[in-house]
Amino acid sequence: MKHLLSTRDLARDDAIRILDIAEDMSEVSTREVKKLPALRGKTVVNLFFEDSTRTRISFEAAAKRLSADVINFSAKGSSVSKGESLKDTAQTLAAMGADGVVIRHPASGAPQVLAQSDWIDAGVVNAGDGTHEHPTQALLDAFTMRRRIHGTASRGKALDGVSVVIVGDILHSRVARSNLWLLRTLGAEVTFVAPATLVPVGADTWPATVSFDLDATLAAVRPDVLMMLRIQSERMNAAYFPNAREYSRQWGLDDERLALLGPDSIVMHPGPMNRGLEISAGAADSAQSTVLEQVANGVSIRMAVLYLLLSGEREAHA
Amino acid sequence: MSDRYLLKGATLPDGRPADILIEGDRILSTATTTTGASASAKAGTGTTVIDADGLVALPGLVDLHTHLREPGFEQSETVLTGTRAAAAGGFTAVFAMANTLPVSDTAGVVEQVQALGRAAGYATVRPIGAVTVGLQGERLSEIGAMAQSLAGVRVFSDDGKCVHDSLLMRRALEYVKTFDGVIAQHAQDPRLTENAQMNEGALSSELGLKGWPAVAEESIIARDVLLAEHVGARLHICHLSTAGSVDVVRWAKARGIQVTAEATPHHLLLTEELIRSYDARYKVNPPLRRDEDVQALREGVADGTIDIIATDHAPHPRESKECEWDAAAFGMVGLESALPVVQTALVDTGLLDWADVARVLSNTPAAIGRLHDHSHSFEDGSPANLTLVDPAASSVFALDRLHGKSRNTPFEGVTLSGSVRWTFHKGFPTLRDGVLAEPGEVPSRV
Ligand SMILES: [Zn+2]
Repeated sequence: MKHLLSTRDLARDDAIRILDIAEDMSEVSTREVKKLPALRGKTVVNLFFEDSTRTRISFEAAAKRLSADVINFSAKGSSVSKGESLKDTAQTLAAMGADGVVIRHPASGAPQVLAQSDWIDAGVVNAGDGTHEHPTQALLDAFTMRRRIHGTASRGKALDGVSVVIVGDILHSRVARSNLWLLRTLGAEVTFVAPATLVPVGADTWPATVSFDLDATLAAVRPDVLMMLRIQSERMNAAYFPNAREYSRQWGLDDERLALLGPDSIVMHPGPMNRGLEISAGAADSAQSTVLEQVANGVSIRMAVLYLLLSGEREAHA
Repeated sequence: MSDRYLLKGATLPDGRPADILIEGDRILSTATTTTGASASAKAGTGTTVIDADGLVALPGLVDLHTHLREPGFEQSETVLTGTRAAAAGGFTAVFAMANTLPVSDTAGVVEQVQALGRAAGYATVRPIGAVTVGLQGERLSEIGAMAQSLAGVRVFSDDGKCVHDSLLMRRALEYVKTFDGVIAQHAQDPRLTENAQMNEGALSSELGLKGWPAVAEESIIARDVLLAEHVGARLHICHLSTAGSVDVVRWAKARGIQVTAEATPHHLLLTEELIRSYDARYKVNPPLRRDEDVQALREGVADGTIDIIATDHAPHPRESKECEWDAAAFGMVGLESALPVVQTALVDTGLLDWADVARVLSNTPAAIGRLHDHSHSFEDGSPANLTLVDPAASSVFALDRLHGKSRNTPFEGVTLSGSVRWTFHKGFPTLRDGVLAEPGEVPSRV
C-alpha cells in the first residue's frame, strides 16, 4: 500500500489485514513499554489544514509508538493564498525529507491531489478531507465493532451480516461515507437515517437503505450497531432543519430509544459529541457505548496504517 | 507577400468542390470546379496558390463567448494572445466577455478592448458590454453609451454572474430593444449554487463536492424565456449544460419566443466522470454534467434548438489549477480545440454536416451578435474571412497546439478529429498550413 486515501477502493483482504495488524498494535499498547522500533528514522508529518486536536494527537501517538519522528504542521490560517499553499507546503515537506504525510484538509480530494502530484514522493494518509472520506475513522469503527462482536477471536474475521444504522448528517459526513464503503466491503448491512435535507442527492444509488424515520428503523432493523453522527449547529441556520429541539426529538438517541436496543447492541459516536442533541448523556455513558474504546482503537488502527505505508514493506516507488 | 490567393480544390460547406480566389479583403470569386469557369483562370501572376485538395472551406469562425481577460488579468491572457489562439483555431471574430478589470461597463472600456483587437489584427474583436455596473447585479450599466460608442456594442452580458434579480432582468431585456441589442444570460441561480463545485448528483455526493444542481440553470432559463416573451425582447442563453435546459429552450422556441442558445464544445464531449481525479482542469462553470446531458445537448444542436456553439474560452494561470479542487478557478481554454471537438462530437457522429458547422460556428453567431459583413456563404464579393480544415487529420491533442497565455485545456491527451490548416482574416492569412503568423507581419486594422 502506497497511500490510504479512501475506503472505497480498499479491497476486503487489505481491510482485514489492517484490522489484524491493528490487533497486534493494540497488544503493544497494553505493554509496559508501549513502543516498537518499526519506523525508527522515518519522518511523519501531520499536515493539518483544519483543526482537529483529537485526530492529530491520535496520529501523533501512533507514529511515536512506532518510533517515528513526528512534525506537526498546522497550515490553517496560513497567509499563503489557498491555492498556492498545498503545493508549496508539499514541496517544503519533501525538501525536509518527509516519508509520510498525514493530511487533514477542508477541501474534498486534497489528499488525492497531493498523492497524484509530483510535488512530494511520500506515503499519504487521508485524515479527513472535506465531506469526502475519513478512512482511518471507518477502520477504527470496524475494528471496534469486530472486537465487540468477536472478542479475542477477531483476527481474520469480517463483519458479514452485521446490521449497522448510521443516524444524522449524512450529507456532510465523511465518516458516513467511509463507513458505508468499508462496511459493505466487510459484508455488513448499512441503513442511513436522516431528515431528507441531510440525505445526499443520489444516495438512492448507494448500497445502503435510506430512511427518514428513526423509530421505524430501530423497530424494523434491530441493529447490532447504532452510530450517531455529530450535528453541527450551522446546519440549523442553513435551513436543513428548524431547530435543535425538533432534531433531537426526531433523530436523537434518547434514553427511551436506548432502551429499545438489544442488550448486545452497541452505540457508537465518532466524537466530539453534542450531549443532549444527537445523543443523551445516558446513552453516551451507557455500557453499550463504545465512545472511549473508539478513541483507544484509533491509535492502534493508525499504527497499523503507518506501519503498512512506511515500514520496509512499502513498495519501491520510482 | 501578395494579397491574391487562390485556394485550389477546396470543398465548400455544402460539399461542392471549388477554387476560391481572394483579393484584398474580399473573396473575388468562388468557382465550383465542375462548372469549368475556374477561378484559376482569373488568378494571373502574383497569386499565391494554395493546394486545398481535401480541405473543407468554412466561413471564418465566430465565437460569441470568449474571455480575453484584458484589461485587468493580463497574466492569464491579452487581446493579442487570445486572438492568436483564435486564429489558430480558425476563428476570425471573437466577442470579448465583459468580466475584465475594470469591468467592460462603459464606452471607454469597450472602445479600448476594440482598439486592442484592431491593433493586434488577428481577428475581429467585438466587445460585450456588462448588463449591470461592475457585474454587481444592482443597476443597469450605460448600455446606450456602449451601443452608440465606436465599439457599437450589441451583446450585453454579466457572464460569470447571472442577472438574477427578476425586475432588473426584465428592464435589461426591454432596454436593449432600443439598440437592437441582446442580453446573453449566464443562467445560474446564485442561492442554489452557493460554493457549488460540480454537477449535483450521485457522483458529487460520493466525491464530497458541493453540488451545482441542474435546476439552478433550468429555473433561470424558464423565467427568462417567459420574461422575453412578455416584453418581446431578444434573449440569448449562454452555455446550456443540462438536458432540462434543452427542453425549456425547445418549448420556448415552439412558443415563438425570440430566444437563442449556445453550447460549448466541452459540454458536448466531456462528462462529470472526469472529476473522480479531482484534477482541476475539469472544473468549469457551468459544470460538466452526466452523459445523458451530453447526448441531449448534441440532439439540441442537431435539431436546431441550440443555435450556436461558443467556446467560453476561459484562460487561467497555472497556479489557479494546480491546487485542491475547491480552491481552483472555473474555466477552460477552448479556441484551438473547438473545431476538432465539434467534428469529433457532431460531424463524425453524423449529427451535423459541414454546412451545419458553418451555421453554428459562423453564420448564426455573427447574426446574433449583429456582426455585419463578416460571415458569409462564399458568395462572390464576400469578406475574405475563412478557414480551411483538414477533416481527415486525427491526432492526440497536445499542449503545443495552444497559442494563448494559459494551458488549462481539458483535452490534453484526447484524440480529436480534424485540423485547422489555414485562417484568413480580412484577406490576410493569420494561419498558414498550421503555422501562426508573427505579430509584426499581421496588419493592424486601425
Ligand atoms: Zn458563463
